[in-house]
Amino acid sequence: MATLSPRDRDAGYAEIEQRRSASHESFLAHRAYFWARVAGFASLFVIITYLLVDVEPRHNGGSWYGYTLGTIGAGLIVWLAWLGIRKRRPTPGSWSLKAWTSAHVYLGLSLVIVGTLHTGFQLGWNVHTLAWVLMMLVIISGAYGITVYASLPQRLSENRREMTREQMIESLATIDKQLEAAAQPLTREDADMVIAALEQDVFASGIRARFAGAGRSDATRRALEHISTGRAYDDDPDDLAQRKVRALLGKRAAQIDQIRRQMQTKALLEIWLYIHVPLTIALLAALTAHIVSVFYYW
Amino acid sequence: MSHILLEKTDHLSDTIFKYQKGKHVMATPSNLVLRSDLDFDAGKRETILDTWDRQIAEGQVNVRTNADVTAIAGSTGAFTLSLKDGSVIEAEAVVLAIGTQGNPNLLKLPGADLPHVQYQLDDPTEYVDEHITVIGSGDAGIENALGLAADEAQGNVVTILNRRADFARAKGANVKLLEEAEADGRIFVRRETSPIEVREGEIVLETRDGQETIPCHRIIARTGSQPPRAFIEQCGVEFASADRAAFPKLTPSFETTQPGIHVIGALAGYPLIKHCMNQGYDVIEFLDGNTELKPADEPILAEKFADLPGRRTVDEWLETFRSQVIILQELSPLQMRELMLDSTVHAYGRDEVIFSRNEPGSSMFAIAEGSVLVEVDPSDRSVTVPIGTGSIFGEVGLISGRKRGSTIRAAESTVAVEFSRLAALKLLATAPSANRAVNRISIERQVLQIFGSGLTPEDIAELVEAAEVVKVPAGEVVIEEGADDKDIYIVRVGSMVVEKDLGGKPVFLSYLPAGSYFGEMAVIDGSKRSASVRAAIKSEVIRFPGEAFNALLDAKPDIRDRALTDMAARREINDFVESRKASFGGAVDMYSQTAQFLVDNGLGEATDVLLIDEKLCVGCDNCEKACADSHDGLSRLDREAGRTYAHLHVPTSCRHCEHPHCMADCPPNAIRRGPDGEVVIDETCIGCGNCQRNCPYGVIRMDAKPPTKPGLLNWLLFGAGPGPGEASYAWRKNKAAEAGETAKLAIKCDMCSGIEGGPACVRACPTGAAIRVSPERFLSVARLEEGVD
Ligand SMILES: Cc1cc2nc3c(=O)[nH]c(=O)nc-3n(C[C@H](O)[C@H](O)[C@H](O)COP(=O)(O)OP(=O)(O)OC[C@H]3O[C@@H](n4cnc5c(N)ncnc54)[C@H](O)[C@@H]3O)c2cc1C
Ligand code: HEM
Ligand code: SF4
Ligand code: SF4
Repeated sequence: MATLSPRDRDAGYAEIEQRRSASHESFLAHRAYFWARVAGFASLFVIITYLLVDVEPRHNGGSWYGYTLGTIGAGLIVWLAWLGIRKRRPTPGSWSLKAWTSAHVYLGLSLVIVGTLHTGFQLGWNVHTLAWVLMMLVIISGAYGITVYASLPQRLSENRREMTREQMIESLATIDKQLEAAAQPLTREDADMVIAALEQDVFASGIRARFAGAGRSDATRRALEHISTGRAYDDDPDDLAQRKVRALLGKRAAQIDQIRRQMQTKALLEIWLYIHVPLTIALLAALTAHIVSVFYYW
Repeated sequence: MSHILLEKTDHLSDTIFKYQKGKHVMATPSNLVLRSDLDFDAGKRETILDTWDRQIAEGQVNVRTNADVTAIAGSTGAFTLSLKDGSVIEAEAVVLAIGTQGNPNLLKLPGADLPHVQYQLDDPTEYVDEHITVIGSGDAGIENALGLAADEAQGNVVTILNRRADFARAKGANVKLLEEAEADGRIFVRRETSPIEVREGEIVLETRDGQETIPCHRIIARTGSQPPRAFIEQCGVEFASADRAAFPKLTPSFETTQPGIHVIGALAGYPLIKHCMNQGYDVIEFLDGNTELKPADEPILAEKFADLPGRRTVDEWLETFRSQVIILQELSPLQMRELMLDSTVHAYGRDEVIFSRNEPGSSMFAIAEGSVLVEVDPSDRSVTVPIGTGSIFGEVGLISGRKRGSTIRAAESTVAVEFSRLAALKLLATAPSANRAVNRISIERQVLQIFGSGLTPEDIAELVEAAEVVKVPAGEVVIEEGADDKDIYIVRVGSMVVEKDLGGKPVFLSYLPAGSYFGEMAVIDGSKRSASVRAAIKSEVIRFPGEAFNALLDAKPDIRDRALTDMAARREINDFVESRKASFGGAVDMYSQTAQFLVDNGLGEATDVLLIDEKLCVGCDNCEKACADSHDGLSRLDREAGRTYAHLHVPTSCRHCEHPHCMADCPPNAIRRGPDGEVVIDETCIGCGNCQRNCPYGVIRMDAKPPTKPGLLNWLLFGAGPGPGEASYAWRKNKAAEAGETAKLAIKCDMCSGIEGGPACVRACPTGAAIRVSPERFLSVARLEEGVD
């Protein structure tokens, strides 16, 4: 720094500020939709040239035009897949994953045009079409991805009500402990219902459980129904104990619902990546097969 | 030498004895040689204490434990020390090395001297099947109570007493745990209850509903402790000032103002163990007549001064600084040495830039030789104001915690001392005249800085003379809307929010960081106050009487023009918000409440905060993973934890406060501001945990650096290692067991200092939910426009 003039040093600090603060803009709107515009113009350009360029006998992947689109498409696919690495490598440098995702989404969508026009609509039952189908599936899953990325975060935030995952689980454990103590004075039958509720593994893992969401009937709700249906609200000591248990069971059901809703929303936000990524790997394999076979049979 | 070592407890080195078991003790500063005959090197607490006990026995030190000194009378050559057990000891000289722990506040009630009353809890698992009463509602009391009740198998019945209805003095997290334990029935919490008598097996309580007696086998009293200052003053020793942070006045041989009594160690202001041990050695050498002995820090100072021109000795330089620099003139040679250890010295050539405008920095400079020029006009380098030998500069950065206001360069060959923020604050706390001088200069300079060029110190002398520094607690109103007082203010420390009452609700108008002025409208046009201004956080303002300011405006039309332009801009913002309120009331309320929420969560004292827009956050935790992977495998950010309002989430992550609370009490001064303004903890951290306790936002964690993980490709292809992000606790523990444990040190966000590209959390967020903001830019009406469109 010492060699810089003071004026440059001033500017330097302003630049540090600039670099540090990411602007408050979503990945879709990043840089005023810069990548949307790039991808849009590129697609438009490809469509127009496709219509204008006259390839004999008809458009196909093997013409000079087809090769050009194919090379661009393959390059794009490899670059799009590289996001998986980029995301996990916090190396120095002034990249931002938001910019990458923004470009990924829009350039990925433009592949619909580039890839499809590359085929010249010559599809059939072969490895070439397999690559195209896989590509389209990856793109479709990506499109699902951005819809959930745009719509679900708010739900996640509202459901969380400032609680962390650990706090939700702790809170459930606390309620359980209180329930255990409160159920002591109950009749045998009632106590058994509470114990059944406590013993049930509410988060029995498995994909179905993760997607099931809130409000499901389970041992807690059954116990709640059992203890509350048709009971008189007398002020005898028996009823006081029941009321306490009832309140706690209600709290427990609400807590379980919150956790389930959280798991469900998270699952919806993640599930598509379990399609997007394996299909990407399959696509890369099919793409390789496609390219090798094209050159082999040349 | 005939001697006796008196120790209050039944073991030596009580502070270290009380460290948690197995703590890794650090031996900083590493460039200081150990003089003491006892060995000391970084290592486990147990090893160090065992070594010392063995060597003390071998060296035949005459130790008397359980000897609590309660008074020292007499004078040099003939002191009498009274012990608590009534015995008396005579001595020619006394060395006080009693540390800063002080004595716990004792219970003052009948029966308080019964043996089951204790003031410390070393091991909560020690007690079973007892009725235990904890007295005290601070963190220590709550933590003890929780510890005793943690394991139900111990069968303890734990009661905690609180004189008041709420636990206002304790941390939120502790109170929450306590309330949970209460709801579970594990701890009995008695509010508005005080003990009145202790008896064998029971305790009598005074409650709101009268007296009550409960069974009680053990009482743990945690009602704070008394610093040792009062005891030392009773021995006739004077302190440097009335400030709480002040230390006793000492000569270079550690002698106090009471001849014959010496003070060393933490009590003398040197909390690091190595310093303590060296001073123990030095003081005995001095008493033994070895006056030639140079202090152990001599080589460190010599190295510091080596690059200065003129080949002067350390003592000569110290004397130069002390005699030349006005604010150092009252200091003793020992204080000078201590100050210089935490400071740096520089020699600048003519025209060399010392710091530039907008550079972060909170140190203060003093000119020992030469002079400097302040570039007061950002657009014209040649407009300067000189500052001469003996004076100071940079004090505004120190006081306000904000970036440098102007560029300063050397006018000639100049030697300057740069006091670190901590050294400077200590100096101001201990030397009252330095404090007054700095205050006056800083007020004058702040006025000059705000009202710009064309003013000379003479022009504003009257204004500065009439100025008054006022401390404002958080939330207190400085200016009330509708009032017709006529003072004008400058925010010196902290920040303010400006609010206007619209339709019965306070609406947020703007945020005023330190260095801004307010209240000028009423002064200039004589109107009533058009908005309220209150402190966002604990702040200080400088108040100038309106007439004095008006007189200045009359004398300087330029200044009036500037003030009018500023005023028009502020009016415009107010009008804008007001007009929006009429048409988009909901949006304005939301904007106001969001601003208030952010101020409540520390934005008011922050310089740079991480926020998460929960309308965009998909919960992938890539921010945390990137943080861990760019910082030794440990994340400094807890995304989920923290408060949220209107989908704006403030995660648990450092705010890089203007005046970092964490810096307050760090023995090795390991916390400083980095080159870009970030608050960082450096490698000299000794893991004492003070900063963790002092940070109000809970962002510091104490953890050991885990061994490195296998690389990303290894994980992707072969599933080796735990993958990206912070490894699980179990993995780290296992690996650490193989690789050898490392010390648990304080870690926190360093804003990715030194990493090109800036903070990894923000760069790694795929959706743009994570943003870093500074309060001035984020708490502006621009957000309102954004929100409404
Ligand atoms: C948790 C923690 C971790 C730390 N870690 C480190 C570290 O890793 N490295 C490091 O260098 N520093 C560390 N420090 C700082 C360091 O431990 C202390 O600053 C240092 O021990 C102070 O030494 P001292 O001799 O001045 O006082 P102390 O160690 O406090 O010794 C004073 C002794 O005097 C006794 N005493 C007090 N009053 C009387 C009386 N009236 N009559 C008789 N005896 C009396 C006390 O019982 C005590 O034994 C840490 C501090 C803490 C709190
Ligand atoms: C052939 C085209 C595509 C390929 C090969 C591809 C590949 C990938 C890969 C490898 C990832 C990384 C996932 C992970 O590691 O977690 C990813 C993420 C993603 N993709 Fe695609 N993708 C393609 C097209 C698209 C399209 C068209 C869209 C949107 C319309 C899209 C949206 C996304 C999104 C939103 C992410 C998640 C980013 C994140 O959360 O980090 N992708 N894609
Ligand atoms: S660690 Fe805490 S006190 Fe220190 S700067 Fe960060 S937020 Fe402020
Ligand atoms: S950084 Fe924190 S833990 Fe480390 S020495 Fe300083 S105060 Fe203690």
